[in-house]
Amino acid sequence: MSGERRLGTDDPAAAVELAFREERPAVLATLIRHVGDFQLAEDAVQDAFAAAVATWPRDGVPDNPGAWLTTAARRRAIDRLRRTRSLADRADRLAELARLDAQEHRPDALDEASAVDDDRLRLIFTCCHPALALPARVALTLRMLGGLTTGEIARAFLVAEPTMGQRLSRAKRKIADAHIPYRVPTDDVLPDRLRGVLMVVYLIFNEGYEASGGDRLVRGELCSEAIRLGRLLARLMPDDGEVWGLLALMLLHDARRAARVDPAGRYVALDQQDRSLWDQGRIREGLRALEQALRLRRPGPYQLQAAISALHVEAPSPEEVEWQQIADLYGALARLEPSPVVEVNRAVAVAFARGPAEGLSLLTPLLGDAALANYQPLHAAHAELLRRSGDREGAARAYTRATELTSNAVERAELERRRAAL
Amino acid sequence: MPQYMLLIYTPGDGPPAGTNPEESAKWFEYTQSLIDAGVHVAGDALQGLDTATTVRVRDGDTQLVDGPFAETKEFLAGYYVLDCPDLDTALGYASRMPNIHYGSTEVRPVMDMSAVFAEAGQGQAQAQQ
Repeated sequence: MSGERRLGTDDPAAAVELAFREERPAVLATLIRHVGDFQLAEDAVQDAFAAAVATWPRDGVPDNPGAWLTTAARRRAIDRLRRTRSLADRADRLAELARLDAQEHRPDALDEASAVDDDRLRLIFTCCHPALALPARVALTLRMLGGLTTGEIARAFLVAEPTMGQRLSRAKRKIADAHIPYRVPTDDVLPDRLRGVLMVVYLIFNEGYEASGGDRLVRGELCSEAIRLGRLLARLMPDDGEVWGLLALMLLHDARRAARVDPAGRYVALDQQDRSLWDQGRIREGLRALEQALRLRRPGPYQLQAAISALHVEAPSPEEVEWQQIADLYGALARLEPSPVVEVNRAVAVAFARGPAEGLSLLTPLLGDAALANYQPLHAAHAELLRRSGDREGAARAYTRATELTSNAVERAELERRRAAL
Repeated sequence: MPQYMLLIYTPGDGPPAGTNPEESAKWFEYTQSLIDAGVHVAGDALQGLDTATTVRVRDGDTQLVDGPFAETKEFLAGYYVLDCPDLDTALGYASRMPNIHYGSTEVRPVMDMSAVFAEAGQGQAQAQQ
């Protein structure tokens, strides 16, 4: 981050904007620890940025914008506490803030960087606390750790802005009133809580990736935010294989984003995609992250999914995909996290590796499961395998069923096209 | 230090409190662990639902209903009040509740009335100025 910060510092307006994007989460994370209140910290950081807009053009951009903003925000917080809070509540806080403010000695840069990292980790775990409802965790994480405004988050999740505002303020109130702690969880619950954090990040990514509606630009922004969070987690918790696995998975999926939809907005299947549209930078970073994960030798669901994705992008052409390996990885995934999604994908991989008959024999038990009667991907896969085994009539019936179950217009058009091509 | 109330809910078909010696021993042991940890403020078991009476006064008319406030699958069977530094600590104690594998526990922070009074006092003082 400190490398990027230097960009545009000659132009004060651009410097404020850059600091807002790059420094806000870190400044906010530190201030929450100092003042012990999300809303107060957010308001004070907002004040500090307003002060930067007013003074940087006059006095020049400070050497360390993050430190400047933290100090300014802390002083604004003191002002706000003096004005608005009851005496009993604010006495301890004010004393602590005054102590911090008087402590003007500069710790060495390394200490400072590690304190900022600790604060960011605290902020991640608090925003993703399981005592908050999942939609609130997602929104809070984007608002506090990402650069998105409440309006942008509302548009990305297709809810009205006031609704999203209420969701956020309710979450902040619960953190304050129920005393949800601002700390990294203790070792006994850490693995469990980290899984929860990764789930929130992956949910943000998928919300952006599965373009089911809404503003496409904002949705792309969600993918970028999720990847940014994934990188941050990998830097802060580099000893966890799943952290690297999730980062790899998101990068390898995101690399193909531009190739997934054609200029007319139609869905393009993986084997039909124009590979020159794949983002090679994302792929390289994704493969590096996967290597990092595998080196830790503790496989998990995100790593397995990333490995599957890697086999797809590493194949020189769709004909040279290592389907047997992919089928084995799906098998391992099914043992760790059994789900119909995984089973359907495994059947498809097995069909590519060893022929449609073997794939169909894996799908057949799923077709008898009443719980999956309305599961569209199952019927789409069934149609595809029947077509490849030469059963046109069966394939047509399965395509019709899959089409009935699809709400996404792009997907429906693709299924209809395939049925017509039988 | 914040206080939390742990509201203990148990399914209607669960064993009635105090009738099963093995069950009672678990609750005594749990309560003792809270006292030993220095977090126990209060706690009680409640008599069964068939002893409940619900009271309302509407338009000056006192209405009594034989039974609980709402018929639910799980009913309030007792409570603890604990001194805990934060929610995670309170949730930790809640997850060790003897009936947690078949009942559920609602954890609610107790409102800090001294802060509410202080704020109200300050508001009054400002209003008088």
